[in-house]
Amino acid sequence: MSTSNVELPAWIEVILIPVLNICLALFFAGLIIFAIGESPLEAVGIMLNGAFGYDEGVGYTLYYTTNFIFTGLAVAIAFHARLFNIGGEGQAYIGGLGVGLAFLLLDGYLPTVLLLPIGIIAAALFGAAWAFIPAWLQAYRGSHIVITTIMFNFIASAVMVYLLVNVLIKPGSMSPETREFSQSSWMPFMHEMLAVVGIDVTRTPLNLSFILALVCCLLVWIYIWKTRWGYALRTAGQSEAAAVYAGIKPKRIIIITMCISGALAGMVAVNEVMGVHHRVILNFTAGYGFTGIAVALMGRNHPVGIILASLLFGVLYQGGAELAFEMPKITREMVVAIQGLIILFSGALALMLRPAMVKIWLAIMPARAVAQHG
Amino acid sequence: MDSLLNAQTVLSTLDATLRVSTPLILCAMAGLFSERSGIIDISLEGKMLFAAFAAGAVAAVTGSPWLALAAGMLISTVLSLLHGFACITTRGDQVVSGLAINVLASGLTIVLGIAWFSQGGQTPALASDARFMPLELPFIEQIGNLPFIGPFLEIVISGHNLLVYVALIAVPITWWVVYKTRFGLRLRAVGENPLAVDTAGISVSLLRYKAVVIAGVLCGIAGTYLAIAQNAAFAREMTAGQGYIALAAMIFGKWRPVPALLACLMFGFLDAVAIRLQGVPLPGIGEVPVQLIQALPYLLTVILLAGFIGKAVAPKAIGVPFAKER
Amino acid sequence: MQSQKTQGEDRPLPPANDQLAIELRKICKRFGQVQANRNIDLQVQPGTIHGIVGENGAGKSTLMSILYGFYQADSGEILINGKPAKIKSSRDAIDSGIGMVHQHFMLVETFTVLENVLLGAEQSAMLDKSERNARDVLEHLSEEYQLSVPLDAITGELPVGQQQRTEILKALYRNAEILILDEPTGVLTPQEADQLFRVLQALKDRGVTIILITHKLREIMDITDNVSVLRLGEIVSTQRTADTSTAALAELMVGRKLETQSFEKVDNPDAENGIEVHNLTVKDDRGLTRIDNISFNVKRGEIVGIAGVAGNGQSTLLEVLAGIQSPGSGEFVINGHNVTPDTTISPKEMREIGVQHVPEDRLRLGLIKSFSAAESSVLGYQNRKKFNWRMFLNIRSIRAACKKLMQAFDVRPPDPKLKSSSFSGGNQQKLILARELEQSPSVLLVGQPTRGVDIGAIELIHQKIIEIRDANCAVLLVSVELDEIMTLSDRILVMFEGRIVGTMNGSDADKTTLGLMMANAMDNAA
Repeated sequence: MSTSNVELPAWIEVILIPVLNICLALFFAGLIIFAIGESPLEAVGIMLNGAFGYDEGVGYTLYYTTNFIFTGLAVAIAFHARLFNIGGEGQAYIGGLGVGLAFLLLDGYLPTVLLLPIGIIAAALFGAAWAFIPAWLQAYRGSHIVITTIMFNFIASAVMVYLLVNVLIKPGSMSPETREFSQSSWMPFMHEMLAVVGIDVTRTPLNLSFILALVCCLLVWIYIWKTRWGYALRTAGQSEAAAVYAGIKPKRIIIITMCISGALAGMVAVNEVMGVHHRVILNFTAGYGFTGIAVALMGRNHPVGIILASLLFGVLYQGGAELAFEMPKITREMVVAIQGLIILFSGALALMLRPAMVKIWLAIMPARAVAQHG
Repeated sequence: MDSLLNAQTVLSTLDATLRVSTPLILCAMAGLFSERSGIIDISLEGKMLFAAFAAGAVAAVTGSPWLALAAGMLISTVLSLLHGFACITTRGDQVVSGLAINVLASGLTIVLGIAWFSQGGQTPALASDARFMPLELPFIEQIGNLPFIGPFLEIVISGHNLLVYVALIAVPITWWVVYKTRFGLRLRAVGENPLAVDTAGISVSLLRYKAVVIAGVLCGIAGTYLAIAQNAAFAREMTAGQGYIALAAMIFGKWRPVPALLACLMFGFLDAVAIRLQGVPLPGIGEVPVQLIQALPYLLTVILLAGFIGKAVAPKAIGVPFAKER
Repeated sequence: MQSQKTQGEDRPLPPANDQLAIELRKICKRFGQVQANRNIDLQVQPGTIHGIVGENGAGKSTLMSILYGFYQADSGEILINGKPAKIKSSRDAIDSGIGMVHQHFMLVETFTVLENVLLGAEQSAMLDKSERNARDVLEHLSEEYQLSVPLDAITGELPVGQQQRTEILKALYRNAEILILDEPTGVLTPQEADQLFRVLQALKDRGVTIILITHKLREIMDITDNVSVLRLGEIVSTQRTADTSTAALAELMVGRKLETQSFEKVDNPDAENGIEVHNLTVKDDRGLTRIDNISFNVKRGEIVGIAGVAGNGQSTLLEVLAGIQSPGSGEFVINGHNVTPDTTISPKEMREIGVQHVPEDRLRLGLIKSFSAAESSVLGYQNRKKFNWRMFLNIRSIRAACKKLMQAFDVRPPDPKLKSSSFSGGNQQKLILARELEQSPSVLLVGQPTRGVDIGAIELIHQKIIEIRDANCAVLLVSVELDEIMTLSDRILVMFEGRIVGTMNGSDADKTTLGLMMANAMDNAA
């Protein structure tokens, strides 16, 4: 008997099963730590302390969280239109190019109030442009967007290496990076802003981008669920035929959605380039684009879920750094492995527990199940 | 003198092409088996990486290249079975599952490498008897003196390690299995119309599991090659996107063994040339950025997928979990 | 055992001269809340053609899928040649000597015919050897049964008739002694169907037992020896074909006639046209002609029903008139707007000019299963001013509007926040109809308005369609339910292979004539 068409109550589908999946992922992560010869519980303690135990840790945690919110939202909005954007990494990277070009041209001439919006817009535009090409190819040439966005990650990387090594490199410098932008283009640091209102916190990379990320969450939520454009997006994602029937053009949805997705991914450059490095460096995206996939899967493509999942990954990244310091046998890459486990259990194996859940549900709730059908 | 030098360069470039193409060929054949059965496999990269790590580690500990090969194939097959379980049994998303394996391999190989060997993620360097070393073909010195064909055989074909030849033989074998055997017939059928296979009395799941296991074995050989044949140790992230290039080559070859081989050789050639062209201006074109050549496999694949050169038609049932009951 | 009476049996079957080819005992199968098969007892004599008839959804296909191991029965027994058989997969069925020709062919389109026949029945691990063996056997088989198919042709490029023969060859190559055919003539031309029947006759003469599933009574009368009637998952009769008649079978199929609604038919020759179609031809992506040079009109205040077996171009016609597909050639005028291949009107614009469309496939087009009822109730109208406030959807006004629709059309439960998929088919359909009728259409296009809809809802839906007609709307109704067409239509057009092959007035239409027209058999009958 098939269980896939039995409806489960929302709290099982939306909360219980996802939470159990994450628990499974974390359980296996603990198993790995145990296998290496360290205590998983101790590791968790060190991580939590590293992430929240002191204000510097909190700053770093939220700084990482910022990146994950951007890339998680990018993946999620595409998911709602049933598009799988694996290209967040490349879109973020090219977003950095946008910021770099804008500031290399303008940072000496314009004031901060103009430079910041210009930088944000440049990051979004360039990220969107890099997503536009796979989107167009999917809509009008039928190329599978998963494969093209993977390819575009590699192409983005090649483009950026070429530009940084040959074109944008700071004259006379050996390392492939641009010159530092003038301070007028820097995203204000959180510790600076808090200092203005008299709160003294330790200097961390956390900057105004964090607020921007939260604003993006709100905007994405409004866009998807509260506007007619989001309505069209969800319709096209659920059924292309229904979209056509309803006067919605699926091709247009593919392109608009992917451009928004790319723009969100491009925002990583706002945090990293405008907020922290103040120059374009090689590989500043550091896999954040891929982490966005895990974040979106774990957050079930909802902005609230994404904030929570991003926070968890922020803890993993920052706490993981602390862990690597405290337990030399464990390295920062442990976080990548955990990320893999979360994609596995929250994504690939998301349906694994469902048949068992259905059986348990039908066993303990026979009366209600029958009444529902009656 | 000048022309001789050029001939020498051409031959050594072809020689390098073969070396670089070997993991691509093995992975492309792996991808072909999996995708022909209807299972998208973007986890070639992760399986190869994990196999490389396992092979490097086992070779370092035991000193036996054969045990290392077995370990590489085993771990890669285990990952394949995990992919199969997610995609076939729980009917999960095939792309997400592949991605999970890639990310998991990327993190776990370094974590375990550092935990076990404390060399920053590397496995210890191997002595030559723990590796697959170049083999000289018999009578190659005599043959090498033959005009024209001689140097080609001596420099390009001879002097590779066993796994290079395994990769080259894997292609005709794949072709033969896919087109000439009962298993191949069923494999091709299940990627096109699993319902037809099911009603013909064949288990769709079992067939697909077999296909992903073959993919696992081949990726295992590819990873072993990287760690203990082409190189003398496992290094972190040593696959460096080659799994994806192999995937691109397989698509470029339109899911057929011989065209996929040619695509692998072409991509391998581009890679071999890129290193040699660095900083060398080409007549009439000027200096070609090495990054452009490196990006060419991806660019060409995108152009192919866009339908500008021929049409790449994937197996019809690819990516769709098979569900029998309504 | 064999003399055991089946329910509602008119006359007992003659005692079998030897054991039964197939015997089913008390087979039950349910899907969720639907009881697809209930206590099925069936006895099939060897070497006969046994027909199984029933309306769409009566449980025929489920029963045969159980026999072929595609589903497992919840309870009951299967006996093949007198021996109990456990059929858990297609493999078991094949091993028991059962072959099946599915309604949708189970062929690999990129394969040659030979490869398709071989698949799963290869005699050796090497293909060459298997192919050589198979070639001999198949040539022999095609000769014996006049089943010639080019063995090396690519299956997907063959006409459907030949694809079907490939399926039969597949079964015969596997030494099937029992052959099940599920709606085999649905996709065939009359000539192809005649050829098929000759093949079946030849198979029967050589001792093959054949089960023919169909809803076409003429075929049953023409070719079967015995016939069983299925209704609502139960076998209601099994008898010799010679002892029954089309009319008797039809009554058994439908059951006791429900009190059919009857509506007054109208005829106003002077009314202006709501729809006018001139020489419309439409081809699909594969270049096949779906609509073949048709012309007709629908007047205001008139319901024109399009009758026909599914797949004869009706669906395409609806989609073209609704602006979803563009006309290939020819033109039509809809509510005063001219549409040609060069000047098309999008679905969105169609809505704005007063052309409303209730689609055939409500779950794929009509609503979004995961949306709330409120969200589904504005599908197609999501950009309307009253449902938006500046850039935001006005959820409150959408819910209020949905609530109003639900009350007007008695949608239950009347909760706009509930997920669309949790409503029953009838309530979903009422919501869609309510949404479109709310616009007071000048032209209404309706496809299969009561497919999968419970009886209570059918009456209301019919009532509403009549009401909108009386409000001077031009209604084009497409349905495969002949009763529905006859109940509602003022004029009936019959479509066959993309052409209009007959016209009747609603007031003097009779089922037999329509049935003949739908089979394009008027000339033969005349």
